[in-house]
Amino acid sequence: MSAPQLNIDHIAKLARLELSAEEKATFSQQLGDVLHHIEQLSQVDVTGVEPMAHATPVFNVWQDDVARPGLAVEQALRNAPAQRDNMIVVPKVVE
Amino acid sequence: MAAELFHRSIADLATELAAGTLSSVELTQAVIARTKAVEPRVQAFNSFDEADALAQAAAADARRAAGETRGALDGIPIGLKDVIAVEGQPLTASSKMLANFVSPYDATATVRLKKAGAVLWGRLNCDEFAMGSSNENSAFGPVANPWDLARVPGGSSGGSAAALAAGEAIATFGSDTGGSIRQPAALCGVVGLKPSYGLVSRYGLVAYASSLDQIGPMARTVEDAAILLGAVAGHDERDSTSLPKSVPDYRAELAARRGPWTLGIPKEYFGEGLDPEIGAAVERAIAFYRAQGCTIREVSLPHTRYCLDTYYIIATAEASSNLGRFDGVRYGHRSKAATDAVDLYFKSRAEGFGAEVKRRIMLGTYVLSSGYYDAFYLRAQKVRTLIRQDFLNAYQGVDALITPTSPIPAFKRGEKSDPLTMYLCDIYTIGVNLAGLPAISVPAGFTNSGLPIGVQLIGQPLEEANLLAIAHAYDRAHEWSSQHPGL
Repeated sequence: MSAPQLNIDHIAKLARLELSAEEKATFSQQLGDVLHHIEQLSQVDVTGVEPMAHATPVFNVWQDDVARPGLAVEQALRNAPAQRDNMIVVPKVVE
Repeated sequence: MAAELFHRSIADLATELAAGTLSSVELTQAVIARTKAVEPRVQAFNSFDEADALAQAAAADARRAAGETRGALDGIPIGLKDVIAVEGQPLTASSKMLANFVSPYDATATVRLKKAGAVLWGRLNCDEFAMGSSNENSAFGPVANPWDLARVPGGSSGGSAAALAAGEAIATFGSDTGGSIRQPAALCGVVGLKPSYGLVSRYGLVAYASSLDQIGPMARTVEDAAILLGAVAGHDERDSTSLPKSVPDYRAELAARRGPWTLGIPKEYFGEGLDPEIGAAVERAIAFYRAQGCTIREVSLPHTRYCLDTYYIIATAEASSNLGRFDGVRYGHRSKAATDAVDLYFKSRAEGFGAEVKRRIMLGTYVLSSGYYDAFYLRAQKVRTLIRQDFLNAYQGVDALITPTSPIPAFKRGEKSDPLTMYLCDIYTIGVNLAGLPAISVPAGFTNSGLPIGVQLIGQPLEEANLLAIAHAYDRAHEWSSQHPGL
């Protein structure tokens, strides 16, 4: 893990975030500082260590495939920014 | 002189409610009046619904009159952090992104509190999407610390801690991903419990970092925390990480477990950066346990210095994934300036998220991106294994660890402008989340300038009953919660 390079435009694109020029400058510096701090993890010997996703000894929880009552359409659409005929309205995707 | 109703404990109030010398409506009215009196200065709430609370209180009184009472929480006003879903109520996560969102369903914790008869009171302010240590990241404005209004209440559950300290609720719930219940509890002089991962369902909790998030209670006494935990803990099939395990009666266990215990002092938690007054308060707490016949033993958690980095990789990675759902399409803020469907994502997210949320999404996106995944994310997951192993090793013959909760007392608003400095507020709390352990912050006195101090006890996995009993022994012998801020 050598000195990490953060391409702010590339990461912002991956994150689907439009950043202002000011935000780009501030975040580049702040994230650079954080990454510099994080670099010290490279000192830890992790040879043969299993990664841990979470702390509970519960895996592969299965449920029977049974239909259960869910939200009514009106309830599910209540928070939609724009809707029509029980559907969410979005800008045109295909010309 | 008896304390004002709004400053009293659940255990105490429940006795009066049961005896009929107090009604839930009277109690709820007292809490509402107190809230209206102090809220302009404290700003702990994002919103509250007075009529709804009084209706719940009247229903509790009617149940009691009909001989159908539901136990200690029946009729007690309890506030919820604005990341826990309550059907028909706002759920904003203190973000512009969800400013107009109304929850279509109840979180499992909410369902269980309703079943216990609690009067759900208000939506409590917090850092945006629970990201922060000072409550300064809320889109709806900062919360003041009731002990010194120029200072922060801690975060991210700052509103939950401040409301409780100010008498604006009898108890509250927060969520804790890296210390977000315990640190504000310490800074506001209340009890804050972060349960073992998997003990309380996360269903209906706005997700920040799913492998670390836990809902937990904030209360005036450890006994109250035990009552509250008992109400919400236990298996829930709607959360795949919920443990399929029965839970004990935590309150009854307080009396059953009397020690003496063996406590471990992790030497890494008493180094550079610890405020001397906080260090002295923890030393006095240790001396108390020694005087009670407990064995005190020094232990080592050698990977402690890597906790902060491990946390900020794992938490931001999970956050960048969880917050991907906010795209301006199905719910949440939608930009009016977008030119096409893809631009809608970029602009809605740019307008809807605040600076700290954007920073964490960026960091998380980076550590998961091609070429960096192994070096950052995978490595952090392996170090996480070592951090948990440190704790399990330390627990050989040890019941719990005792540490400071926060390295510093409440600081002034605007004092910490650099993210990295702010992240250091969590150095004693984040290891617990990475390892999935239960931990509690208990009031342990005040600094010379009158700011609350918290001591943290960290328990063995799923040994909440033991942890609460150990904390209760200290709490009932000191009763720091009988002191209130002069608002």
